[in-house]
Amino acid sequence: MSLDKAAVRAIAELARIEVRDEELDHLAGELSGILHFVEQLAEVNTDGVPPMSSVADLTLPMRADVVTDGGQFAAVLANAPDGVVEDHGGFFTVPKVVE
Amino acid sequence: MSELTKLTIAQARDKMAKGEFTAVELTEAHIKAMEAKRDLGAYIVETPDLAREQAKASDLRRQAGQAGTLEGIPLGIKDLFCTKGVQTTAASRILEGFKPQYESTVSGKLLDAGSIMLGKLNLDEFAMGSSNMTSYYGKVTNPWKSKSDAAKQLVPGGSSGGSAAAVAARIAMGATGTDTGGSIRQPAAFCGITGIKPTYGRCSRWGIVAFASSLDQAGPMARDVRDCAIMLGAMAGHDPKDSTSAPMPVPNFEAALTGDIRGLKVGIPKEYRPDGLSDEIQKVWEQGIEWLKEAGATPVEISLPHTKYALPTYYIVAPAEASSNLARYDGVRFGLRVEGSSLDDMYKKTRAAGFGAEVRRRIMIGTYVLSAGYYDAYYSKAQKVRRLIADDFRRAFENVDVILTPTAPSAAFGMDENTDDPVTMWLNDVFTIPTSLAGLPGLSLPAGLNADGLPLGLQLIGRPFDEETVFKVAGVMESAAGFTATPEGV
Repeated sequence: MSLDKAAVRAIAELARIEVRDEELDHLAGELSGILHFVEQLAEVNTDGVPPMSSVADLTLPMRADVVTDGGQFAAVLANAPDGVVEDHGGFFTVPKVVE
Repeated sequence: MSELTKLTIAQARDKMAKGEFTAVELTEAHIKAMEAKRDLGAYIVETPDLAREQAKASDLRRQAGQAGTLEGIPLGIKDLFCTKGVQTTAASRILEGFKPQYESTVSGKLLDAGSIMLGKLNLDEFAMGSSNMTSYYGKVTNPWKSKSDAAKQLVPGGSSGGSAAAVAARIAMGATGTDTGGSIRQPAAFCGITGIKPTYGRCSRWGIVAFASSLDQAGPMARDVRDCAIMLGAMAGHDPKDSTSAPMPVPNFEAALTGDIRGLKVGIPKEYRPDGLSDEIQKVWEQGIEWLKEAGATPVEISLPHTKYALPTYYIVAPAEASSNLARYDGVRFGLRVEGSSLDDMYKKTRAAGFGAEVRRRIMIGTYVLSAGYYDAYYSKAQKVRRLIADDFRRAFENVDVILTPTAPSAAFGMDENTDDPVTMWLNDVFTIPTSLAGLPGLSLPAGLNADGLPLGLQLIGRPFDEETVFKVAGVMESAAGFTATPEGV
């Protein structure tokens, strides 16, 4: 699969990474090269092979559904850009999303 | 260079127990050495004041008869481990200034064992790389120099390049690394030190900045096998905060170093001799096989037929997981924020400015292989081939106890080499990635020097949760190799 500029723009949009128009050609070449490399997997017969999502041979553990932690507004907000700790119990800030 | 910085962890531990010197003295020697070798770029942040405080507390604990297994040992911590109150960046601009409010499980366990933190070690951005050239905070220089061209700057390998360089340059007695596709083992080989990626699940991933969660594992990097065994003993163990952490007891890894490997079968995979494998790598591998034979083990040729598909499998699975994990860097809750005209615009500008080229590239590949219409062709396919690769190892271990391979296809390369094409750079991990995909323990130890005076590493791969056999065999190889070379000025 070779990616064209429109495809790269669509991927960048999905990944929420701003890409300048003049970068598109170069990125299309690079990403296409990587895809060509990984496409050699097509020659492997995987009929009937179940996908492996983890090597850990574990059943995910269960725990009681109870509160074990909390009340850490200041710690949670300590690294937030423009986070507000003192007001209304603390909050993150983002650009206006509702007119 | 102080005599104190030349000791191994085991030697310093035993000497401090006898009262020959204190943790404060040992730490002071390392702080001085660290400051004298800043040109290597190994540390992103040095924490000398914290280290001095910890060293004083350590000496008091020892006086009170409460010495831990790493009491008073100065270590460096890869800047991928969250450290409470100390900047943690993953070598990315997007986390510049981030001060975790909690301590990662593994770094916390090392502190609980009495160790001292000297600072946070440089790495490839988000642990994505094999050269430590992608750090936002500057590249790391390998302390080893080429005999034929002493002016040439060599890479320390990656992603744990700062860790490897610091241990080799004697500016940390040991260091934490993390390994997703070879990030402990390849830099250990390039810098002439020992490092082990334990079995997936052996160390908790809690508090480690995530790259590819089904592959990431923490492990120790140190100057010899015994030191790695001591450190892993402190780092490993079940953690309820990581659901993939194995609820298994931690053996005494140091006790596994019996020196007796008589009767063990050592697998030699024929697929690890690709066309064009250099003579020097071939030679050191043959030498390793000889050492094991002389110690009474039996080499057995084995086949791991899907080896050549490991690299393409990895470069689907790891970017896919990375694209999900790195979605959290959105400029809202922590890290860099670049203002935009809307929420989406802020995300895009923040991520474009905060991530470097290799990270952006991998996020985009990961996004693509997970996107609607391509998921089955790429991601599902890779997960199926991953199972075939894991099955190759499972079958091989029905007949052998451990597998011996080279760690990397070359010695450390120059900073100006392998930079044009991302896929060429990825080939560095051709011998380490299969082990990662299968979740197995893999250890790299220095086996000798090439004609240019640069270290070459050999890799031992073990069964799941059988680090003890890996350590045992590694101990025998280490004695046979008698590797005592050090970089210039050490």
